[in-house]
Amino acid sequence: MIQIDDIDRALLRALATDASQSASHLGRILDLSQPAVWRRIRRLEDAGVIANRRLVLDREKLGFGVTVFLGVKLAAKGRVGLEDFERAVTAIREVQTVEHVLGLYDYRLRVVARDLADFERVLRRRIMTLPGVGTVEANVLLSEERRPGPI
Amino acid sequence: MLDDLDRRLLRQMQAAPTLTVPELAELCDLTAGKAGRRLDRLRELGILIGQEAVIDWRALGYAVAVSLRITLDKTAPRAFDDFLEQARDVPEVIEIQTFLGRVDVRLHIVARDLGHWQQIYRDRVLTLPHIAEIEALMTVATIKSDEALPI
Repeated sequence: MIQIDDIDRALLRALATDASQSASHLGRILDLSQPAVWRRIRRLEDAGVIANRRLVLDREKLGFGVTVFLGVKLAAKGRVGLEDFERAVTAIREVQTVEHVLGLYDYRLRVVARDLADFERVLRRRIMTLPGVGTVEANVLLSEERRPGPI
Repeated sequence: MLDDLDRRLLRQMQAAPTLTVPELAELCDLTAGKAGRRLDRLRELGILIGQEAVIDWRALGYAVAVSLRITLDKTAPRAFDDFLEQARDVPEVIEIQTFLGRVDVRLHIVARDLGHWQQIYRDRVLTLPHIAEIEALMTVATIKSDEALPI
């Protein structure tokens, strides 16, 4: 596993907030040369620590006013059931994240919609019709914050 | 406010946030100048905010991820504020969401292993104020995590 130092931690924190910062700007903040910043970023990418980059858009301004977290329990279990469900659920455009979990539910989904009526449409037509779906619990997102985490 | 071309640009950027403007322009059949002006406008409108690096905690040795769904004791007047304030002090918490629904708050927590998880759960989570009920979902596999919007 990769060993990281305090400078890597500061770099990760900076990139997790804003990945469009230039290497020269990051270098000034971290007191590093531009090539040294590049080398460190490359190393973190190669080790898979920086998995990818995500575009940050204003959801509301694009007309997506509602985000709902769903807990889904499958009615019938078994290997085939999971694969069918996963294939179908990842294809739904409104479903942003799919996590297979252990606990009260089998899957945790994050779903965006234009408004509650649109969400109801997605839930009824797309989610409830998925192969193997049993019970679904919905919680409407009110606020969200991402924390830097243990770095 | 947005036309098909704006949407096409945003879709391409969501799929590959690190594309350069000329690469993006080519994918959308535009000149680089035109694409650049479109992107500037989307930034000015506050729709295009930026990009962030996604950290893979497993690559940093955090093998366990747990989603804690918490119901608070709402008879306490400052239940939400007190709880959120103290939850922010737990370094292993990487996401905090509040909801309208059966669940009030969700904490997404990473830990090095089950021993570490046990320690966080007993020493840092169960000691948070105003918890009425708590449910844990442990991540088995992340199937989809791009968080792309269905633009």
